[in-house]
Amino acid sequence: MKTCLVVDDSKVIRKVARHILETLDFQVSEACDGREALEACLVSAPDVILLDWNMPVMSGMDFLRALRDSSIPTRPKVVFCTTENGMAYIRAAIDAGADEYVMKPFDRDTLESKLQIVGVA
Amino acid sequence: MTATLAPPVVGAIPGSPSAMTVLAALLEARTGQQLSSYRSWRLDTALKPLLRARGLDTLDQLVMQLLDGTDRAVGDLIVDALVNGESSFYRDLPIFDQLAEAIVAHEGNGRRVRIWSAGCATGQEPLSLAMLYAERQAETGTPVPEIVATDISDTALNRARAGRYTQFEIQRGLPIRRMMHWFDGDGADWIAKPELTRLIQFRRLNLVGDRGPAGKFDVVLCRNVLLYLSPPAKAQVFALIAGALKPGGTLVLGAGETVIGQTGLFEPSRRFRGFYERTTAERERDAA
Repeated sequence: MKTCLVVDDSKVIRKVARHILETLDFQVSEACDGREALEACLVSAPDVILLDWNMPVMSGMDFLRALRDSSIPTRPKVVFCTTENGMAYIRAAIDAGADEYVMKPFDRDTLESKLQIVGVA
Repeated sequence: MTATLAPPVVGAIPGSPSAMTVLAALLEARTGQQLSSYRSWRLDTALKPLLRARGLDTLDQLVMQLLDGTDRAVGDLIVDALVNGESSFYRDLPIFDQLAEAIVAHEGNGRRVRIWSAGCATGQEPLSLAMLYAERQAETGTPVPEIVATDISDTALNRARAGRYTQFEIQRGLPIRRMMHWFDGDGADWIAKPELTRLIQFRRLNLVGDRGPAGKFDVVLCRNVLLYLSPPAKAQVFALIAGALKPGGTLVLGAGETVIGQTGLFEPSRRFRGFYERTTAERERDAA
């Protein structure tokens, strides 16, 4: 079973994403911000991370840079999932090491298709 | 025609069973598409914008407008709203890898390959092909195949020609790097760049009743179209495609579709797994 870490400060988004991911046979864990996510990855890196941009404590971009600079032996796929839908944001995320990008709001088909694109679904 | 239609949905636009029967008959007569029980439940959703535009409250009122014959456009508008236009980029992704093999084989003849996307809806399939082969051309210099895309719906075709997609549509199947390269943001929508859309010739064509596009094709993609058609309409479409394929040409159907038990014109391809080609008898008849 593939593992997915959902990183979002919105409980509702985490709940919706968890529901979709569980129907896609993922084992899901959650984090409320980038720092909590980084700590989780240092213990056990998931196959894929669904990552919000704007969060308290540590933003999605700061988390992504820290993750890519870290000594974690595996390279989890990172799918940004955010309301920042402009091309400049998308380009910045990809340049920082994101593998895919989901523009909120999203639905099951969108999420499934993006997970297939990065090769985890 | 489908024998049983679902009753009008509670809370949906009111419509008598006879109105729904008339609408189903119109759709089948014009397109060969059958309104299955499942799809009839979505009928009110599909027709709601048309009713609103015409200031109508019920499906029966719409059917009255259709039957009184004073407005000839109403039939076209109903059919346009009812045809299934669901599509996504790189739908059934493995097919595109298999197709790449077939395209290379057809290019072995030294000619520019011709592809017909039959029933292209809002254009995601031909655009997916255009992106793949434009990127290949940039890498290798191999010409982009000629892509002809047809659909029965003018509304769908206009959207395909414009290459404009909502946020939901653009995200289904399209890798973000391709979106960044080939599309520009415009408010909440994303628009294909002209250098992409100009690689495709869009044409209105009813697969049941019209003649095929001019010329012969190396590959015809007709995916997720036949499953909505009645057996006689399927036979018409198979005959149309058979006539449009070059000798040795390849037919690509949807993941849930097959020629087996459906037609004597095609058989599973021996060269390309999952695809189809004219039967030996048909090829010999061509050669004779």
